[in-house]
Amino acid sequence: MKRKIFVIALTLYTGISIAQKLKGSDTVLPLAQKEAETYMKSNKLAKITVTGGGSGVGLAALVDNTTDIAMSSRKIKMDEKMKLQDAGRAYKEVVVAYDALSVIVNPGNKVTQLTREQLEGIFTGKIKNWKEVGGDDLQIVVYSRESSSGTYEFFKEHVLNKKNYASSVLSMPATGAIVQSVSQTKGAIGYIGLAYMDKDVKSLKVSYDKGKTYVAPSMSTAKDKTYPIVRPLFYYYLSTVEKTVKPFVDYVLSAEGQKIVEQVGYVPLTK
Amino acid sequence: MKTFYKKFSEKFIEGLLMLSSTITTLTVVLIVVFLFKEGLGVFNKKPVEDGFVIALNKQNPVNKLTSAQLKNIFDQKITNWSEVGGKKDSIILFRMEDITNYYSEEQIGEKFERLPQCIGKVVDSLPNIIAFFSTKYLDKNFQGKQLDIDKISFKEFFGGKEWFPTAQPSAQLGVLPLILGTLWVSLGAILLALPLGLAAAVYMSEIADEKVRKVMKPLIELLAGIPSVVYGFFGLVIIVPLIQKVFDLPVGETGLAGSIVLGIMALPTIITISEDAMRNTPRAMKEASLALGASKWQTIYKVVVPYSISGITAGAILGIGRAIGETMAVLMVTGNAAVIPHTILEPVRTIPATIAAELGEASNGGLHYKALFALGCILFIITLIINLTVEYISNRKKYNNR
Repeated sequence: MKRKIFVIALTLYTGISIAQKLKGSDTVLPLAQKEAETYMKSNKLAKITVTGGGSGVGLAALVDNTTDIAMSSRKIKMDEKMKLQDAGRAYKEVVVAYDALSVIVNPGNKVTQLTREQLEGIFTGKIKNWKEVGGDDLQIVVYSRESSSGTYEFFKEHVLNKKNYASSVLSMPATGAIVQSVSQTKGAIGYIGLAYMDKDVKSLKVSYDKGKTYVAPSMSTAKDKTYPIVRPLFYYYLSTVEKTVKPFVDYVLSAEGQKIVEQVGYVPLTK
Repeated sequence: MKTFYKKFSEKFIEGLLMLSSTITTLTVVLIVVFLFKEGLGVFNKKPVEDGFVIALNKQNPVNKLTSAQLKNIFDQKITNWSEVGGKKDSIILFRMEDITNYYSEEQIGEKFERLPQCIGKVVDSLPNIIAFFSTKYLDKNFQGKQLDIDKISFKEFFGGKEWFPTAQPSAQLGVLPLILGTLWVSLGAILLALPLGLAAAVYMSEIADEKVRKVMKPLIELLAGIPSVVYGFFGLVIIVPLIQKVFDLPVGETGLAGSIVLGIMALPTIITISEDAMRNTPRAMKEASLALGASKWQTIYKVVVPYSISGITAGAILGIGRAIGETMAVLMVTGNAAVIPHTILEPVRTIPATIAAELGEASNGGLHYKALFALGCILFIITLIINLTVEYISNRKKYNNR
């Protein structure tokens, strides 16, 4: 009898307080999966499921209360905020890691550095030829992510000064596809997360002070904040489930959790 | 008693069959109704996101701005009020976060409690301002002029040339480049796949001997079993660089690359179905034709093809349907730039690729979400028209031959 009660209590305990669901951004997905795996290894009672689908999917699930944590690579939008407010749900926002974006070109391109203003000109379609920024006489082919991607929004806000991309920009469904296309197109330029860098493409140094200092993207320049194109990655959860999700969120923010951030290729939080 | 059971079981089976066909029909109808209900919702929405206002100084004579003008103003392509029917003064842009240029954080307050008044004052003091901010920070006695934005119109939606569904402050929902992109790619795919597929079908059903057929048919059917992502990757790595080299283009991701990949994907459907139809031509008919002195080739195009035209049509429809609706492979090879294509050697963006790429992040029930459903409706109508046309043509042919 005692054992039975114990078993029931145990299932209730695991069922109510520890099972949790994460849903959202595909950028945060690999990180969350890895964190969940290691967390579950040390906490045998915890059950965490992680699914992707996109930042919008995760935040919509948060509004419908079908997920405990929404992962997002962009800040919550005004209409999503208002929906949560209408539903009477207060939420919390946690930055779990940073992601540095590097601007890449074909290795055959002799341009090695660009200013933010030049990048803006290229991505909004004002600069169309590499010779205008010190390269060969070659048409610039601009690759971007899809408009649904958090990366797209971030790049628009911080590099393009909130101006829209040119309509002739080619949008690719995945970062891997951008790397592939840039590596095989001579006049190409694109942007990718630092974790996706490989030797088939060349990353450019970027200047945010009109050409005084150029900084190359790397883990160390991203960490000491000298590299300018760095974006935060978020977890959103409702205040009502804070008790359930807090241990996991704390784990992610702990030194051990932040070590995993670096292993996956993102930039850990600096304290 | 026995006959009663027999009758009863027959009735039961009949009922079961009726039920399943009713359920299928009902499902189709429900899906279509759902699609159109969500899709038509786009015309009830404004291009400016819910919860935001666009305000001008009350002295500004401009009362109305179109969605395209708004975009160009905030992209700094229109910089003077005279370009949109106002005074000759340059436009000052104001977004919510720009408030720190005008007021210190102390003046705004720790919890932004004085933000509404601050915004009100800024808009009041600058006659050339255009401000874009959340209704949450709209002051109760706001003095400026709130712009009235029209709902999205049919003309804007179908005639617009720019697709920026997430642009702020005003989304641009012109589907013309997407419709044209879809048509270009599918047309190219059909032009490649139909002749090739029919030729292969004729060869396999009429000319090839049994041994060759036994090897070729399973191989072609295997083509249908390859996942579309693999086709897409194959296209991106092999076909795209090839096109770039052959035509000496700056970019290889073009409509043609999509057409080739889709053509290959549609082939097995077209070949297998039309080949089966041709093989079903009664032997007596073929032999009668040959006995009358017709050559083998004459028999094929005067007897076999007309006899099996409905099967060939079905194969073509299914193949085309696959080509138009295909998402993943196209998404990877066409470059997805939403510009109106002038030749097939330019990057294009198709409707299915747009839906697949964007639905994941669109906020549920919002403008972008509804616009994507409207795209689904357009796709549905395009396929419906093509199916009806093909059916009509094949029916007419049948009567002519009788």
